[in-house]
Amino acid sequence: MNTIKLTTPLSLETVRSLKAGDRVLLSGVIWTGRDQAHKRLVALLDDGKPLPCNLDGQVIYFVGPCPAKPGMPIGSAGPTTSYRMDAYSPRLLAECGLRGMIGKGARTAPVVEAMKQYGAVYFAATGGAGALIARCVKKCELVAFPDLGPEAIYRLEVEDFPLVVATDANGETLYR
Amino acid sequence: MSDYRIVSFEAVAQAVSDLCGKAACDLPPDVLDRLRQMEARETSELGRDFFAQYLENARIAREERMPLCQDTGFAVCFVELGDRVRFDRGTIYEAISEGVARGYREHYLRKSIVNDPLFDRKNTQDNTPPVIHLELVPGEKLHITLAPKGGGSENMSAIRMLKPSDGRQGVVDFAVETLRKAGGNPCPPTVVGMGIGGTFEKAAFLAKKALLRKTGDPNPDPRYAELEAEILEKINATGVGPQGLGGSVTTLAVHIEFFPCHIASLPVAINVNCHAARHAEVEL
Repeated sequence: MNTIKLTTPLSLETVRSLKAGDRVLLSGVIWTGRDQAHKRLVALLDDGKPLPCNLDGQVIYFVGPCPAKPGMPIGSAGPTTSYRMDAYSPRLLAECGLRGMIGKGARTAPVVEAMKQYGAVYFAATGGAGALIARCVKKCELVAFPDLGPEAIYRLEVEDFPLVVATDANGETLYR
Repeated sequence: MSDYRIVSFEAVAQAVSDLCGKAACDLPPDVLDRLRQMEARETSELGRDFFAQYLENARIAREERMPLCQDTGFAVCFVELGDRVRFDRGTIYEAISEGVARGYREHYLRKSIVNDPLFDRKNTQDNTPPVIHLELVPGEKLHITLAPKGGGSENMSAIRMLKPSDGRQGVVDFAVETLRKAGGNPCPPTVVGMGIGGTFEKAAFLAKKALLRKTGDPNPDPRYAELEAEILEKINATGVGPQGLGGSVTTLAVHIEFFPCHIASLPVAINVNCHAARHAEVEL
């Protein structure tokens, strides 16, 4: 099996070259967001207002981390189940140039269709390995929606975050 | 009144607080053993890679006191309370609730509870209220088991009121269908708790309680032990695999608890737990 080292932002070309089953070590800046943050991002799009972060070529990580202990950048930080974001992801793919999503569990057809159409990839992180993944996070900054606590949007700097391409930009998937 | 054993509110609160930290960071030995056993049965290379990550994650969590999973869960407590136990102040419910709030704060655990399921959905900020299952037992015993429950796996749980004529096969089919449909969502390989019989809510309670059993220990009734083994084998034959990305181990263990039931009924509840099957207990 391939292990590919990638650094964000991701180009359309890079995203299109990834295949379901590829193992990836991802470095660079990624953005956190789960249920409530997605709801708010789409509400901003509806109102024609700017988003708190430019998602062009970017990767969103579906995560609500534990609070950081003093001196640590972040607490435990594994993926949450992705299907709850399926109502919102197609909008971010179509309108914001989002190139990647990180979560766990299969996506529904409208998300996969949007990934194929606009060119994006869905990575599976290892669910239930939040302590291991936290070690890959070097920096964490609050970006938006502080009232949401763990559901706020954070800018993360990650190094060699272990991922698997679960569904690629051709719609090929490891889920059955 | 001298027959009563007085337990301090503070002792209960502190014990529960300690349990919160322990459950979040120390994967119980029975789960670790089971992971190692089942790793040997995983045929997919990617699947074995996930098993290696789970074991490494457990080591980091234990050594660095970093929660195994960011979803440090709903604080579900099973309490055996002796009928001769009294508290110096407050109630057992208040003492446990205080312990949960303290534990989630002091151990830097994620607060995952919202105050209202439908309208407000405002975070309560201290992970209370806990869910408390209280059982009155004779004597002076006070035993608390904390089983923090993550939302991702809880969401894949299911209950069905089968017909008695559906029988054994109906139970097997329901379980396999539920875990196949759950796919990678509940962080497989899962631990599956099943409650068979009783009423609607009794079956759900038994399914949750079944998760507390030492992982992989069979039901003492050989008929139910055989059913557990068959369901485990059939779930693993689905090929869902670790993280739902394909493999031969979708579930680590199936635990069934059963109870007498109505002549018209065959309730079956399935409570799904992730591979980080957390539980910790204390005797006070």
